[in-house]
Amino acid sequence: MIAIKKLAACALLIGAWAGFYSESALAGIPIQHWTLANGAQVYLVESQAIPMVDVQIDFDAGARRDPPDKAGLASVTAGMSAKGLRASGAEPALDENELSEAWADLGASFGASASSDRLSFALRSLSYPDLLARAVQLAARQLGEPAFPEAVWARERERIKASLREVNTRPATAASRAFASAVYGDHPYGLEMSEATLARIAVADMQAYYSGLIAPCRAKLSLVGAVTRQQADALAATLLSRLPQGSCASLPAVAEVRPLAAAIERRIAFDSAQAHVFIGQPGYRRADPDFFPLTVGNYILGGGGFVSRLSTEVREKRGLSYSVYSYFAPGLHAGAFTVGLQTRPDQAAQAVQVAREVLAKFVAEGPSEAELQAAKDNLIGGFALRIDSNRKLLDNVANIAWNELPLSYLDSWTNQVEKVTVADVKAAFARKLQPGKMVTVVVGGQP
Amino acid sequence: MKRVLPLFFLLLSLAAGAQAAAPVVQFTLSNGLTLIVKPDRRAPTAVHMLWVRVGSMDEVDGTSGVAHVVEHMMFKGTPDLLPGEFSRRVAALGGRENAFTTRDYTGYYQQIPAQRLEDVMKLEADRFARNQWPDEEFGKELEVVKEERRLRTEDSPRALLYEALQATAFLASPYRRPVVGWMSDLDAMTPADVREFYRHWYTPANAAVVVAGDVDVAQVLRLASKYYGRIPARAVPARKPRSEPAQAGLRRIDFKAPAEQAYVALAFKVPGLESLDAGAGASDDALALTVLAAVLDGYSGARLDRALTQGEGRVADSAGAHNGLLGRGPQLFTLDGVPAHGKTAEQVESALREQVARVAREGVTEAELNRVKTRWVASEVYKLDSVTNQARELGSYWAQGLPPEAGERLIQRLRAITAQQVQSVAAKYFGDDQLTVAVLRPQPLDKGRAPRSPVPGARH
Repeated sequence: MIAIKKLAACALLIGAWAGFYSESALAGIPIQHWTLANGAQVYLVESQAIPMVDVQIDFDAGARRDPPDKAGLASVTAGMSAKGLRASGAEPALDENELSEAWADLGASFGASASSDRLSFALRSLSYPDLLARAVQLAARQLGEPAFPEAVWARERERIKASLREVNTRPATAASRAFASAVYGDHPYGLEMSEATLARIAVADMQAYYSGLIAPCRAKLSLVGAVTRQQADALAATLLSRLPQGSCASLPAVAEVRPLAAAIERRIAFDSAQAHVFIGQPGYRRADPDFFPLTVGNYILGGGGFVSRLSTEVREKRGLSYSVYSYFAPGLHAGAFTVGLQTRPDQAAQAVQVAREVLAKFVAEGPSEAELQAAKDNLIGGFALRIDSNRKLLDNVANIAWNELPLSYLDSWTNQVEKVTVADVKAAFARKLQPGKMVTVVVGGQP
Repeated sequence: MKRVLPLFFLLLSLAAGAQAAAPVVQFTLSNGLTLIVKPDRRAPTAVHMLWVRVGSMDEVDGTSGVAHVVEHMMFKGTPDLLPGEFSRRVAALGGRENAFTTRDYTGYYQQIPAQRLEDVMKLEADRFARNQWPDEEFGKELEVVKEERRLRTEDSPRALLYEALQATAFLASPYRRPVVGWMSDLDAMTPADVREFYRHWYTPANAAVVVAGDVDVAQVLRLASKYYGRIPARAVPARKPRSEPAQAGLRRIDFKAPAEQAYVALAFKVPGLESLDAGAGASDDALALTVLAAVLDGYSGARLDRALTQGEGRVADSAGAHNGLLGRGPQLFTLDGVPAHGKTAEQVESALREQVARVAREGVTEAELNRVKTRWVASEVYKLDSVTNQARELGSYWAQGLPPEAGERLIQRLRAITAQQVQSVAAKYFGDDQLTVAVLRPQPLDKGRAPRSPVPGARH
């Protein structure tokens, strides 16, 4: 039985490669990797079928490096980097509108965003040579010479402040903020932008943050699309060509997330149609060797759509919630393990009890053989669905680049899943989760 | 600005070539079911979708939300499958699945490794023809649907505002009811309501199967004939027109909800697209209105952004424009905005209308027109990256009664719209008489107040 399943998985993989790399069916997902003279790491998957190119450039400049009293700095710096370009040599300055018109006229897009770990730039362009060359030139300028105009920041700060006040009237916001603060304590993963931290952020902070962290030698570029390696090499070099070389010294280490010493309960009164519930604790780092058992185990517990244990017990059997799930968020540090659901206020206590029982039983006993097999059938059988578009491939390549995973990571993914045993899942969950010491947040529940 | 023209035309000629590679084929089975196949061999995956031309607009008062409840109950069994078994089978095939209900249609889909197509076709054809479940499953699932309404609507002031806006803008059209249904209609819904709606509308001639991905057209036709083709033909029930009478005067509502920011939405009644042929007056206007919406709000820094959200004395934190264009029912052109700190909804309302009036007076530039067309043409290439999105688009065109090549023809038609046509629709459709205005009046939030009691009569 297992042998046949493996065979099927292999046949499937060969098919998957054919779409993206028809010259060799044996080479796996062909990720090419090299280092530019300026130190930037480049990762490429050639995919010629559609005349388009996607590029992601990641820097170690995510929210974990926000100064605590200026939480939100990474995020607003990313947003403000698209608000105009400085004059440079013969090229005139472009204001925010001229810049966005230039992108619209190219039928392309370029912009930045920040997550907990990364500040990421994303370029999408058609690959016709004339268009792509212009898009890459414009992206290089935007990456290297953002203007960070004072007047635009004054306006953006007002807009962000108003939207913060608005989202703070929602029960989901109250719940997620209380949860992050209880799980992470004073770790940067738990910092949230507030009106107070927003008021302290000045353009000079963005410029200092940007020039300290956004340098070619710190860049990881992932490319997927209709370009050859030679074209990709030139494209990557051009993209980074207008950034100053900058410092390449090691960045200061960021502390690890501390485990919880005891259970924490937060019950927050809120006049809403539903109570919002989060249960969880610090999870694990992406580099943890338990990654595969935890991935497979969480599919069974609360990751697998309509068929997970949480979905079966909370939604299908009792009709308590439209949405109920669990997930890990492994990053450079131990991102949270989270169980989430929403239910009518008078049902909150019951839903919390059911979710806790499901969780405690799973951690204590692990999955059944049948559940493990069902999880493998889905994850292995459906592997091709993780890489069947340029956009999905780009996510995977950037993940490999960022986490320094082997280039063969995608080729061995199904084998890694296949190897997981019931005992592996049980042991990994027992190492990572302590149901007796978790955070429980209930916003808007009826006592 | 000189660069714009050559680049624009270059893009048009190149992108036209890129699309020619992927033909779509459509069949009608002997029982009336439509089959649409779009091969795309990039990866060994496929998407299989079942579309039924029935949505909330086919409901009647008292059982609003029933089309959506049917969608939920389709996961609850057949004579051969226990509740939840459908999802377990799809998961075991390596698949991902879900379903959706709109005013116009209901859709079910599975994304799968391509060699599993036959398995999901067999499963989907079975529940399309023979969905059945015990009453007890209905009781639990109805509670899930009410939680869905609480999540998406009841705790969202702007969702509640739009519900009130639709109910005000439309009197006779069934578009006046929310897709998820009114809460009291959900409370009162019975298993018989759901079974009756399903039996009435789920007939082969009222459905289409869309398959896209790594598939062979002849093979898909053979499988569809085998599994869907054997379902007995039944007539599609007659639909009452329930036409919306002409609006003859401004309608205005205030809506109070706990919030920080005010919000205003202006909905103008406009023609929808009835035909893809050039020269059909109202349809030409519908297309020109879509170009107008893009000129106002199609990219950051477009007209509404510049005029309302930037500079000294700016009135809004955000502003938008949207044209309905496609739908089985009457269409709206919507302008909306969030007032900036210290500004009022009324100031935003008049600033939004002034931007349309300005287009009516002065027209739009060729540069703006080319810019929004360039973005559409480029997006036609980008959309090829997702077979699921392509299948979804094909299904929605079928649901509107349009042919599978509608997407391509739509872009051709939009490209042909002139500055003159945009100016003309800006002058024609934006008076007071066809307008409904809805304003969200923020109320203070009392976080300490006791939670609400459950709705009386709610099931458990």
